[in-house]
Amino acid sequence: MRESTGERWARRVVLGLLTLFVLAPLYVMVSSGLKPLRDVQGAFTWLPSRVTFEPFVEMWQTVPLGRYLVNSLLVASSAALVSVAIAIFAAFAISRYRFRGRQLFSVTVLSTQMFPGILFLLPLFLIYVNLGNATGIELYASRLGLTITYLTFSLPFSIWMLVGYFDSIPRGLDEAAQVDGAGPLRTLFQVILPTAVPGIVAVTVYAFMTAWGEVLFASVMTDEHSRTLAVGLQGYATQYNVYWNQAMAASVVVSVPVVVGFLALQRYFVAGLTAGAVK
Amino acid sequence: MATTTAPGPVRPAGRPAEDGPPSRRRRRGVRRSYLPYLLLVPAALLELGIHVVPMLVGVWMSLLELTQFHIRDWSTAPFAGLDNYRVTFDLDSATGRDLLHSFWVTTAYTTLSVGLSWMLGLAAAVFLQRPFKGRALLRTLFLTPYALPVYTAVITWTFMFQRDTGLVNHALDQLGLVDGANPPFWLIGENSFVALLVVSVWRSWPFAFLCLMAGLQNVPAELYEASAIDGANFWRRLRDVTLPMLRPVNQVLLLVLFLWTFNDFNTPYVLFGGSAPRQADLISIHIYQSSFVTWNFGLGSAMSVALLLFLLVVTAGYLLVTNRRREHA
Repeated sequence: MRESTGERWARRVVLGLLTLFVLAPLYVMVSSGLKPLRDVQGAFTWLPSRVTFEPFVEMWQTVPLGRYLVNSLLVASSAALVSVAIAIFAAFAISRYRFRGRQLFSVTVLSTQMFPGILFLLPLFLIYVNLGNATGIELYASRLGLTITYLTFSLPFSIWMLVGYFDSIPRGLDEAAQVDGAGPLRTLFQVILPTAVPGIVAVTVYAFMTAWGEVLFASVMTDEHSRTLAVGLQGYATQYNVYWNQAMAASVVVSVPVVVGFLALQRYFVAGLTAGAVK
Repeated sequence: MATTTAPGPVRPAGRPAEDGPPSRRRRRGVRRSYLPYLLLVPAALLELGIHVVPMLVGVWMSLLELTQFHIRDWSTAPFAGLDNYRVTFDLDSATGRDLLHSFWVTTAYTTLSVGLSWMLGLAAAVFLQRPFKGRALLRTLFLTPYALPVYTAVITWTFMFQRDTGLVNHALDQLGLVDGANPPFWLIGENSFVALLVVSVWRSWPFAFLCLMAGLQNVPAELYEASAIDGANFWRRLRDVTLPMLRPVNQVLLLVLFLWTFNDFNTPYVLFGGSAPRQADLISIHIYQSSFVTWNFGLGSAMSVALLLFLLVVTAGYLLVTNRRREHA
């Protein structure tokens, strides 16, 4: 099918404008991270007056970025790993068994996604504080509490996507394993999981990104010691001085791992979404 | 490995639980009856503990006079009945009027953001259907805003929208669109709504693009060829082939975008640094402010419950209408 001249030009113009729109902030982020402080305090310039890596050095002193980074890494990776482990078992049950309450479970879990975060933020805040006072287990303002909270955020979508992946694995494989005498769990670990590795990796990255990027609960549920990047990065803009170059440098450092991870796995997300959305 | 995942649209509808060889059936039958539930226990417990129970507690809190005096030990908070709801919906009081204003701002914000994100996503997905040089690169670039952590993206926009040091005013001045000597403010006053909208669309259109692109992969090429033979132009193909084929994707996509955008807290919170200007006072930020700044958790909970009920009604109505239309189609 041929593309008409009008269409070709429409395509170029639309894609060109979208490229500019997407690129502008990415360009600002990277180029401003290479500017000396003077450059970002005056009128905006497209190019640094001189290219410097000072912001990437100084950003660790202006705010305790190292601590925020460690907190975010610990919280996001434990949330991702636990969430995916739990999602694997749940998705296996939903994909391979018909049982009473199966539909109810799926609908309930997915519908928690529509709850406004603010609705359970207040009760959860009070529950964590009171539970801490009563039992001594620190949930409020601790990495543990934040991890538990975050892993539930990615759980519904992780289960949904994994059910899609598991469903696409032929049951003949299960049955062959069962004939060989494998029980359900061995079937899961030796047959299904190895086949579903790309899906599991994609879901893990998704869960990590969810925890890595969350702001609302991080702003209420953390203190100076458990603060994560989501809140900590705002520390570059203080009342007295705004270190935009360092804020941009820190943004680059914080973004690169998740962006690379996501983009490397984008095709599996597309596949997962297709499996889910078309049902 | 995409082969194991790509052909996933059809999910086997139902399958008898008993499919082992007969000799094992009895033993398995017992185990299988509780095994699926056992596998679901961790997920169910967490969803209950972190979502369902707090939500119910939230409903209960909305019936209490839970102010700063009772936060320490909230069993002492007096029962307030529907007082908090009365305040929430009382349009003669400042609280009620402000909430209604915030509701309208959020509605306008959601409508515009979802509409624009969907249109941009569709345009990009349609124009990237045809192979050309650089297509894979553009696809990757367009997904980047979705992959960026929300706060780094929004902090960058905050910098760009600075009146004297930002890119936006500088570029507009270079284009001759604003007076360089007296550039406009973007993060306070009238313009703050526009700024918020731009950031929101920038963040969410890639998700629409991702879903629509996935949906377009399922449109058989023969359909386009057939309509091209019929002499259909670009718009006719879009209307008669592309959009009808995307209907199932759109049904889910628009709902998800609506819920995310209506509940959006991150964008205004980071963009405006905690308190949003009145013109961009989204409902989540508004409730957050009413709760944590004044420490009136009872009132904040009542507002949250009202918000949830609103979203439930809209979602149920939407699913009802779209499912009916699907059946008739």
